[in-house]
Amino acid sequence: MLQVETPGSFDRGLRKTVDWHLVVCYLLLVLIGWINIYASIHSTEPASIFDWSARSGKQFIWILTAFVLDIFILFVINPRLWEVISPYTYVVVFFLLVLVIFVSKDVKGSHSWFELGPVKFQPAEISKITTSLLLAMVMSKPNFRMSNRRHFLYVALIIGLPMLAILGESETGSALVYAGFLFVLYREGFSGWWLVLLGLAIALFILTLVTDWRVSVIALFVLCAGYYIQVLRHSRREARNYRRRMLYRTLLVLAAGVAMVFATNFIFNDVLQDHQRKRIEVLLGLKEDPAGVGYNVRQSMIAIGSGGVFGKGFLQGTQTTYGFVPEQSTDFIFCTVGEEWGFVGCLVVILLYVFMIWRIVTDADKSREAFTRIYGYCLAACLFMHLFINIGMTIGLMPVIGIPLPLLSYGGSSLWAFSVMIFIFIALDRQEKKYF
Amino acid sequence: MEMNRRNKLLTGLVAVAAILLAKLFYIQIINDKYKKDASNNSMVYNYIYPPRGVIYDRNGEILVGNEVCYDISVTPRDVQPFDTVALASALDTTVDFVRERMAYYRKYRTRIGWQTLPFIKHITPENYIRFAEEAYRFPGFKAEVRSVRQYPFNAGGNLLGYISEVDADYIKAHPEYRSGDYVGKTGLEAAMEEELRGVKGYHIYLRDSRNRLQSPYQDGAEDKEAEPGHDVVSTIDAHLQQYGQRLMEGKVGSVVAIEPSTGEILAMVSSPGIDVDVLSDIGRHYGEIARNPRKPMFNRTVMASYPPGSVFKLINGLIGLQEGVLVPSNSYPCSHGFPYGGNRRLGCHGHASPLNLLSAIATSCNGYFCYVFRNILDNKKYKNVAEAFDVWREYVLSFGFGRKLGSDFPSELGGNIPTSAFYNKVYGAGRWRFQTIISLSIGQGEIGATPLQIANLAATMANRGYYYIPHIVKDSEGVEIDPKYKERQYTMVDTTHFHTAVEGMYMAVNGGGSAGGTAFAARIPGLDVCGKTGTAQNPHGKDNSVFICFAPKDNPKIAVAAYVENAGFGATWALPVASLMLEQYLNGEISPQRKYLEDRLLTTRFF
Repeated sequence: MLQVETPGSFDRGLRKTVDWHLVVCYLLLVLIGWINIYASIHSTEPASIFDWSARSGKQFIWILTAFVLDIFILFVINPRLWEVISPYTYVVVFFLLVLVIFVSKDVKGSHSWFELGPVKFQPAEISKITTSLLLAMVMSKPNFRMSNRRHFLYVALIIGLPMLAILGESETGSALVYAGFLFVLYREGFSGWWLVLLGLAIALFILTLVTDWRVSVIALFVLCAGYYIQVLRHSRREARNYRRRMLYRTLLVLAAGVAMVFATNFIFNDVLQDHQRKRIEVLLGLKEDPAGVGYNVRQSMIAIGSGGVFGKGFLQGTQTTYGFVPEQSTDFIFCTVGEEWGFVGCLVVILLYVFMIWRIVTDADKSREAFTRIYGYCLAACLFMHLFINIGMTIGLMPVIGIPLPLLSYGGSSLWAFSVMIFIFIALDRQEKKYF
Repeated sequence: MEMNRRNKLLTGLVAVAAILLAKLFYIQIINDKYKKDASNNSMVYNYIYPPRGVIYDRNGEILVGNEVCYDISVTPRDVQPFDTVALASALDTTVDFVRERMAYYRKYRTRIGWQTLPFIKHITPENYIRFAEEAYRFPGFKAEVRSVRQYPFNAGGNLLGYISEVDADYIKAHPEYRSGDYVGKTGLEAAMEEELRGVKGYHIYLRDSRNRLQSPYQDGAEDKEAEPGHDVVSTIDAHLQQYGQRLMEGKVGSVVAIEPSTGEILAMVSSPGIDVDVLSDIGRHYGEIARNPRKPMFNRTVMASYPPGSVFKLINGLIGLQEGVLVPSNSYPCSHGFPYGGNRRLGCHGHASPLNLLSAIATSCNGYFCYVFRNILDNKKYKNVAEAFDVWREYVLSFGFGRKLGSDFPSELGGNIPTSAFYNKVYGAGRWRFQTIISLSIGQGEIGATPLQIANLAATMANRGYYYIPHIVKDSEGVEIDPKYKERQYTMVDTTHFHTAVEGMYMAVNGGGSAGGTAFAARIPGLDVCGKTGTAQNPHGKDNSVFICFAPKDNPKIAVAAYVENAGFGATWALPVASLMLEQYLNGEISPQRKYLEDRLLTTRFF
């Protein structure tokens, strides 16, 4: 399904229709990733940056192939196709997600990798794309209503099924990313209160762990009382029904909150697995574990913290180059950025991401096509979740959750998946700009 | 800006980014804790191992010294292709070994990174010189000076103990040790570990991102020089120890000699023992030692628990005197034993009868001490036998039996003296009497004592009623022994009662055959030797042979206990061992009349 273009309009069209801001951001992040992968391994595997046997060389090949994919998606595939095939891709990938649980080897407790000879890939990475596509397809139907229970159930299933399968693979981090789709639902009319309540539940959970159930219950009570007082102050005396409804709602939240507080210890001790519990304990400072779980975080914070304002310089890092930081070219790649490029480097990387997400959101919002809009929000949400969880983990704001930093971390699956996902959006966006 | 949902989400995005940046700003710019930690991570400690303290004997002879050797280490990343044959021959190893190691390093190169690993340990100075001459041909390899233990005297492996490299379990229990450190595991090395080990020094260097050492950290201001370990002076007499070992060769048992006036252990022989040649390289011989059925690692002097046999009669006699149930002039009949109930009889050998305490000790009369023990247990002072028994036990414990003496030698055990509760459990409360436990009268039955405790009894007899806790380390510069070793430990028996018992021991040796003395072979003209034989029944085979003695009678200089397993009557084997040690120590030589005893011992081997 080649696009047929006249040579003249092709040039002009390309310049005006492709969001080059996004493309440049993408290229910069990929390049930064490659350089830092080279820096992070260069002491243990000193080799040329192009050496195929070292990680930096392999990443170079992943990058080149990703570029080929990008161009293919941008110029060869008709973007309409994505919407059409979204149910099929979703089903196929969901099948792979379940299959991998049974056929994969155990890698640090998780079962999420397919191995086909020398090539390994993680269906969970692709699943983000197919879920986003199907979600966009379903929600962009003209008769779709978020308030319709049946429609909402569809949406919940589309998000929930792959999430459950990924939890079954013991890839909690990847599953957590799916929570980001809540932002998409919010944008499409889902009540913001649900987000507030979710935030409240997390806050209660942490407060109960750090202090005491009494403190949590008192805080919850004060919050609910305060809220209801606000309701009373801002409503007219005559609005009895409204007030009563709000009272019930507040009481319901209070009851649910109290239940949450009392369930905290159960969830923490019986639902979470050992390693997850330990990571949370370390994060909240409930337990010191400098040699075990705390080790990664401590070493990662030392590496980043020692970078200072301008960093130690390219290849001059002492922490990330010696294997003090584990997983340094994959999940902890941000340590190398922090150590060798300092605060300035971190600022640049984070701003690039923020700019990219911002740009995707505004492009999406401007789109006249609901499918493009919803898909764009899905992409932005995934990028955001990865960014926040991954960087948060390296600086001790989040528990250790093993998910890659998009475009920067070493690894073909992740780079390809994010490249495809981003370029599908750029292609959708371009398609629209061509016609309007 | 209108707060529509898009903008709310974008605000959230910026807020989260701000939180991330704020935390980054804090750890990278404001807080410098992480920079310090990073420099800790990138500092390299080059450790300098102090020489371990030397162990001297009481006369200044070196028992354990040090010898220089070299460890070769390798940084696989720095290694360039080299001549494996040349390296193997310089290090006196095989080409296969070198190839195998290099293959290993190649296989795990990612994990090893820039680390330096041990390659070969303990090469001799001669090999080191050959290596050093050609070292330029082997980049990445370097030698470090270490020291190994060296033993000029064969003064007994169990006594001196060995050192070995700490393992992971040990480091876990003793975090002050690091992998590569050595620690004393047994004997004196273990007992005096803290004094001997010294303090490790280190030089701190900074390394760059390729593990190359750069400058000394803060120009060496934080460096620490190694402090050599303290030398330790042991109470052992190296020559006496060696003589004891020679006498005990081929026999299973122990000899312990103590200086009664100080409690200092002069010799401590456990046979069969570990040869000192094995000690410095214990790792290589460990399996073979552990498999030996005669357990050379087992230090019998402080760990074996034997029935003490007839030497224990001294204690029963003394307790009888103290309790007032016996006066020295009491005579009891003995016609080949002591009848107790029905037609049972605890047998005895032929001697004059009736006899008094003095002769009973000299002739080691079984019957007599059955009467004594009966008197102690049936004492009307106490409610019942059990109570009297526990009083008796208290007395025995005051002689240092049934509990650890508290010597400074490691792994000391306490032997065993049962309580009345034990017999209540076995026979039922009130259902046992003197007759039930009659064997205790003559040091048999349910009691166990270590050779060190028996030697301590000899010292207590020599001191007429007190002892010093036997110990093996003397005060010396930098090493101070616990003051408890300088305190007299009195038994619960008054010193006045001891004179009778000592007189009996004197008679046993010097009374002449006519008086029935059991130990006349221990008589050495000019050295008023006092002694007591014992023959302890051994449920596992031939009787064990025991002898304790001290000399001279007045102002004694040495007390010896010998215990030879499965050797029969005490006078036959234990006696010559102990008395020859005594003569050797006091006279420095064996008189011609007694050479035959020495010859017999040196030529007899039970295994």
